[in-house]
Amino acid sequence: MEKKLPPILEIRGLQISFKQYEKGFSQTELEVIRDLDVCVPAGEIVAVVGSSGSGKSLLAHAVLGILPYNASVKGEILYDGEALTEKRVKRLRGDEIVLVPQSTAYLDPLMKTGVQIRKGKKDAASKERLHQIFREYELKQEVEEQYPFELSGGMTRRIMNATALMGHPRLVIADEPTPGLHISVTRRAMEHFRELADMGAGVLLITHDLELAVETADRIAVFYAGSTLEEVPALAFQSCDTLHHPYSRALWNAMPKHGFQPIPGTQPYAREMPQGCPFGPRCPKYTQECSEKIPWRQTGDGRVRCIHAEEAQ
Amino acid sequence: MILQAKNVSFQYKENAPLVLQNISFEVKEGERVGLRGKSGIGKTTLCRLLAGYEKPHSGEVLLDGRPVTEYRGYCPVQMVWQHPEQAVNPRRRMYTVLEEGDGIPQEMTAKLGIEEAWKQRFPAELSGGELQRFCIARALGKRTRILLADEISTMLDLITQSQIWTFLLEEAKRRNLGMVVVSHSDDLLDRICTRIVEIG
Repeated sequence: MEKKLPPILEIRGLQISFKQYEKGFSQTELEVIRDLDVCVPAGEIVAVVGSSGSGKSLLAHAVLGILPYNASVKGEILYDGEALTEKRVKRLRGDEIVLVPQSTAYLDPLMKTGVQIRKGKKDAASKERLHQIFREYELKQEVEEQYPFELSGGMTRRIMNATALMGHPRLVIADEPTPGLHISVTRRAMEHFRELADMGAGVLLITHDLELAVETADRIAVFYAGSTLEEVPALAFQSCDTLHHPYSRALWNAMPKHGFQPIPGTQPYAREMPQGCPFGPRCPKYTQECSEKIPWRQTGDGRVRCIHAEEAQ
Repeated sequence: MILQAKNVSFQYKENAPLVLQNISFEVKEGERVGLRGKSGIGKTTLCRLLAGYEKPHSGEVLLDGRPVTEYRGYCPVQMVWQHPEQAVNPRRRMYTVLEEGDGIPQEMTAKLGIEEAWKQRFPAELSGGELQRFCIARALGKRTRILLADEISTMLDLITQSQIWTFLLEEAKRRNLGMVVVSHSDDLLDRICTRIVEIG
């Protein structure tokens, strides 16, 4: 692997807030992402793992500049070492930067799937590529001529994955690409992402599926209620002892093969966010100091945002 | 109670390909049956038939020997859907979702981790996992005997997933409910089900 090239995507201290109307004309700012750091080097798959409602999809939308009008973004988003401005992202998205969207509602309902994946291109090479992708995803040729409403949940998912493979992307942002997919197709999709990474692209995999992330990603960033809590190589998730944040450990313990042990409580709502560590209210190690700003701390190959991390070792 | 599908075939419209072909399946009270199969094979369709939302093209779906579509009033077979955001009315507050159920006691919502304040919110103000808790509560009314769970936890993080399943398992055992569990996760099915059926 080459070293010291700037990472394809680097995000530092990302904050996203929404302007909302309360009663009448009074407005409030609802901060949804508070402090997000993630870095995607060329040739690697980086997974952002977090629970539903933690703001993962907003991360993808912020990079692509497709947040709704009432959102405001602070922090740095660097692409190839340079700031990703609105103008720049408009030029790059759909071509160098592609999104595999989460919701099955992102397909055009009035367009047959084949044309949609080819983005309207009619040349023989695109058609051949499409056939190849369909074969690899175990989709029948007829599906090309069907409309999105005629497809099952898993088929729609495969179609959306296929759109990313048509071009030659340098950055793939996959937002929950696999729920509802059969395990063999999931593997296939992940192999495709790996192939893209091997060709030098960076892949940002946004998912709640920890097992999938552990299996396919190179690095994992654990994300909770709008903040990154821990960043480690995927291998660290092989054992509970190499994880440092209490939330990462709770996730590990909740995997069906590791005891399926839940912890009580739910993620705080953006409006009732605690000060300091967002996991504080559910954390067994919570102390007074946790309600202040928590700095990053190096832990061997990764870093963690927890002041009690040493005790956890 | 016993719910049976006997040689059912189904197509969504005439001349369309058959989604299900000669499928037989049964689930009894107290049993938790895992349903496994590739995507697009018709698992959700089978659940819809079992719940009586669709009539089979041929064959029959019987609940205690009577076609399930003939039941009037509260149906003892209830289904929880894969996408909770599509299973609630976006313009009504969440407490109305619970009112649609059959006498949902306050203890149940508490056990599911539903906070009182959420009941006053609209669906768009809750995350998928929070919505799904409401949908599960709604399906577990007093007269529910068999619960169909169609990929109810794929979109949830592991902690929420295990919270919900721990609750459901306890509830199913306590009330001797029958369950059909659709999932792609073998680990999950192994942990929850009393037997597993492969379709397709």
